[in-house]
Amino acid sequence: MVDKTLKTCEEAVADVFDGATILLGGFGDPGLPGQLLEALRRQGAKNLTMVHNGAGGGTHSLGGLIHDGKVKKLIASFPSNPGNQSFQEKYLKGEVELELVPQGTLAERIRAAGAGLGGFFTPTGAGTDLAAGKESRTLDGREMIFEKPLHADFAFVRAYRGDRLGNLNYRMAMRNFNVPMCTAAKVTVAEIDELVPVGSIDPEDVHTPGIFVDHVVEVVRIPEYLVITTEGR
Amino acid sequence: MSLTRNGIAYRVASDLPEGSYVNLGIGIPTLVSDYIPTGKDVFFHSENGILGMGKLAEPGKEDRDLINAGKQYVTLNPGASFFDHPTSFSMIRGGHINYAVLGALEVAANGDLANWRTPGEKVPGVGGAMDLAFGVQNVLVTMTHVTNKGKPKILSKCTLPLTAPRCVKRIYTDMAVIDVTPEGLVLREFAPGLDPKTVQSQTEAPLRVAPGCKEMDVPAGFLAPQPAVKVGG
Repeated sequence: MVDKTLKTCEEAVADVFDGATILLGGFGDPGLPGQLLEALRRQGAKNLTMVHNGAGGGTHSLGGLIHDGKVKKLIASFPSNPGNQSFQEKYLKGEVELELVPQGTLAERIRAAGAGLGGFFTPTGAGTDLAAGKESRTLDGREMIFEKPLHADFAFVRAYRGDRLGNLNYRMAMRNFNVPMCTAAKVTVAEIDELVPVGSIDPEDVHTPGIFVDHVVEVVRIPEYLVITTEGR
Repeated sequence: MSLTRNGIAYRVASDLPEGSYVNLGIGIPTLVSDYIPTGKDVFFHSENGILGMGKLAEPGKEDRDLINAGKQYVTLNPGASFFDHPTSFSMIRGGHINYAVLGALEVAANGDLANWRTPGEKVPGVGGAMDLAFGVQNVLVTMTHVTNKGKPKILSKCTLPLTAPRCVKRIYTDMAVIDVTPEGLVLREFAPGLDPKTVQSQTEAPLRVAPGCKEMDVPAGFLAPQPAVKVGG
C-alpha cells in the first residue's frame, strides 16, 4: 500500500543536504510551510539556495533560515519589503546572493521546469536592467527575452487537505506558487492542515495530483501571531 | 485646489467601464475599488490568485487564507475564483487584464514607466510590477504630480531605471488627467481652481491641451483646501 505520509516535519526535511536548491511555496501566510521551515532550521543544512516570492520576515521561517546563515542564495521577486530585515542585513554585508526575478517570470520558470520545457521567451523585462545577459529576440514584432527553467532538489509547500497518495487540496489563496512548485523538484513535501482518507477529496477538488508529491505531513497550524506576512508584491 | 489621494482614486474609478478586469497596485490604486458604484460589474484581480476580490475584510472577520497582493485581508464578491500563480500571470502577461492601476516614481512623455527602483535603494525588489507594465492592455498611473520636494515626475525622459518602456496610457495626479499619445502628452482635465498653464508649470515634459480640456468633475470632499504644491515654485 502506498503511503506518503510522514509523522513529523523532522523526518520530512531529514534528507536535505548542504548546497541544496529548495522551492519554498506560499505568498504571505497562505501556502507557506512554516513548520517544515522551522524543522529545516533545526536540521542544519547550509549553503542553501532558496526560491520564494519574498525574503521572509523577522527571524521566523525563511527569515530565520537566512538569519542563521544557512542561505547562500535567494531567488525572489520581492525581497525589499521593510519586514525582510534578516535578508537585507545579510545582503548588504555581502553574505547572501540575490537573483531578482519578476514575479510572473519566477512562476513560469518553475512551471517550465515541472513541464519539461527548456525555457521560454517573455516580453517581461525586455529593455530593462533585468534583461542584462539574457538572449533577446523579436517575436511577432515584440522584443522578448529568454528565461530558463528553474529546477530544484526539494519543494516545500503547504496545502489544506491531503491524503496518503499525495493528492492535495488548497483553500482560497493558498495555491499561488505551490501548484507549479510541486511539479518542479526531485522531492516534494507538503505540510497539510488535515490528513484525510483516500477518496474523501473529490477528484474535482484535487488541485495537485499525488503524482507530483512525495511526502505529506499533517501539522497543527502555527498560531497566526507567529506567521510572517510581510513580503509585499 | 488639488485632489486628495481618495480623489485621485475616485477619478480613476469613474473611467473603469462595466465588465472590465482590473489589477490594482499598492497605495492610491488600492483605494480605487472603494469608488465603484454598487451594481457596476468591475472585476478586481490580485496576482496571488484571486479574481473577483471584494473590499478589505472588517476587523474580526479576516480569513487567514484570503489576502491580497499587499498582504491585506480581503473579501470576495459573488462569482470570484481562485487559481495558481502561472494562471494568474497568464491573465496579466497574456493581455486578459484590461487595466492595471499602478503607482509611479516617474513617467515619460512616451509612456515609459519607472516605479520599481527608488534612488538610493540598496535592496532591489520588482514583484509583479514588470509583468503588469508589460502585459496589461491599459496601464493607468496614479501619483502625486510632483515629488515631496516639488520636483516634476512627468518628464521628457525618465531618470530612474525603467519598469517597462512605452506602457502608460493615462496619468491621474492630484492636479490633472493626462493622456499619453503617439504625439506626446495631452492634458484632458485639471483640478478645480487650476488651469493648463499652472499644470504645465509643474510638468517637465511639454503638454498639449486637448480641445475639450476641462476642470475635473469631483465632489468637493475629494479636494484639498489648498494646492498640494506651491504654484510656480
